[in-house]
Amino acid sequence: MENFSLILAIVVVTALAFDFTNGFHDTANAMATTISTGALKPKIAVTMSAALNLVGAFLSVEVANTISKGLVDENGIRPEVIFAALVGAILWNLVTWLVGLPSSSSHALMGGLIGATVASAGFGAVHGDVLVTKVLLPAVAAPVVAGLAAMLATRLSYGIGKNADDNATRKGFRAGQIASAGLVSLAHGTNDAQKTMGIITLALIAGGSIAPGSNPPTWVILSAGLAIALGTYIGGWRIIRTMGKGLTDLQPQQGFAAQTSAATAILASSHLGFSLSTTHVVSGSVMGAGLGRKGGTVRWSTATRMMIAWVLTLPAAALVGALAESVTDLGDWGTALVAVFLVAASATIWKLSRREVVDSSNVVGTEEPAGVVTTAIAAVTPPPAGPVTDGLTATIPSPAAPAAPATGPATTV
Amino acid sequence: MSIDWAAIGSVFGVSLVVTVGLVALFTLGIKGLSARERATAQGNSAALAVTAAYLCFAGCAAAVAWGIHLIVAKA
Repeated sequence: MENFSLILAIVVVTALAFDFTNGFHDTANAMATTISTGALKPKIAVTMSAALNLVGAFLSVEVANTISKGLVDENGIRPEVIFAALVGAILWNLVTWLVGLPSSSSHALMGGLIGATVASAGFGAVHGDVLVTKVLLPAVAAPVVAGLAAMLATRLSYGIGKNADDNATRKGFRAGQIASAGLVSLAHGTNDAQKTMGIITLALIAGGSIAPGSNPPTWVILSAGLAIALGTYIGGWRIIRTMGKGLTDLQPQQGFAAQTSAATAILASSHLGFSLSTTHVVSGSVMGAGLGRKGGTVRWSTATRMMIAWVLTLPAAALVGALAESVTDLGDWGTALVAVFLVAASATIWKLSRREVVDSSNVVGTEEPAGVVTTAIAAVTPPPAGPVTDGLTATIPSPAAPAAPATGPATTV
Repeated sequence: MSIDWAAIGSVFGVSLVVTVGLVALFTLGIKGLSARERATAQGNSAALAVTAAYLCFAGCAAAVAWGIHLIVAKA
């Protein structure tokens, strides 16, 4: 019994750790464009997103275990399997964060779950058709849907607002963008915090700690909401930079179109029962908004790396999950080994990230939005020297050189 | 394996129409406000444009409220 509750405690802590990585991985979804267009200061943006995520976590009482439901056979899921799945998901989230690539946290979690289940119960326990309809298809559809909508909206918006006053336009669209970014944050909180609650509840049920069919206990809701809000507040600045600046250079008008398209696609899809990943939707809408403006460019090298990360997410997390599961199978010391490995690997990744720090102070490169003056200055002066390292100066996209986007600015590692 | 094309299609259609509609509405609102500034600069009034602008923004606000309703109602 003692032993049993220990593994449960480990699973709960790991699930909360995953929730935390989920939060800071996905801050970019809601706030990257808001930050890069200068609608909100970085710190204020992440604070707002964190608060809305927390609110979102409390809005829902339904156990959202869509992740576990249907995809793998629920019978015989042991806490160790869930633990192994979470290890895979966390490590993949951290690695993609380190290289600054947005990837779906849900895919990472599902990948980990699939891998751990296969290692535990064989391939028969995974439902292949559910995998295709719930994971692969949405992953392809999301960026196309949101991207096309954002592109058309951007084009139309520039067409209609051609004669409008520049200043009023800039101010107005920033305000609008904040509203749509808020909606994305709220939706994210209801969806993603729910996933962790579902996982913890599943573990508690699997461990026999609460009766099957129970609602998540209040402490689970509270801690999951807090974990995701804290992660959001810490902010995955590397990913924000890629999403807000790396893919394309956005003006407030484009940012508004991108964020509105993202909010609409997320809400429409979750309402109509065809769930799309927030990350995929936002990436698609940012690219679409980039293409929608005349003279706008998308850095396809960054986009390509991002899509490779999407393709790898599921198998990579599955592989780690499977390995972790086979080690935990060796007994309690195996589980302990995996836990130690997780902590060590996370610490190593964090250490590596300190070599080149990205935080709220340098996430957009310049404090001001790239207006005419900034562009002119960037054209005549070398990149600013300062606390930034050599590697980093290369990552600040010069607004003056949209014609040569493919090489320097896209480097985020 | 059955792919729910109807769901994909409706998500696609709804996203497209709502996004484009909202952004267009908002842009029109901004255009109206910008007309006011121009009119004020010239000493004229632009009551019609401003009223239209606020109607546009009200439409957008309604859409946001509907969005929040969807999030909450799902709970």
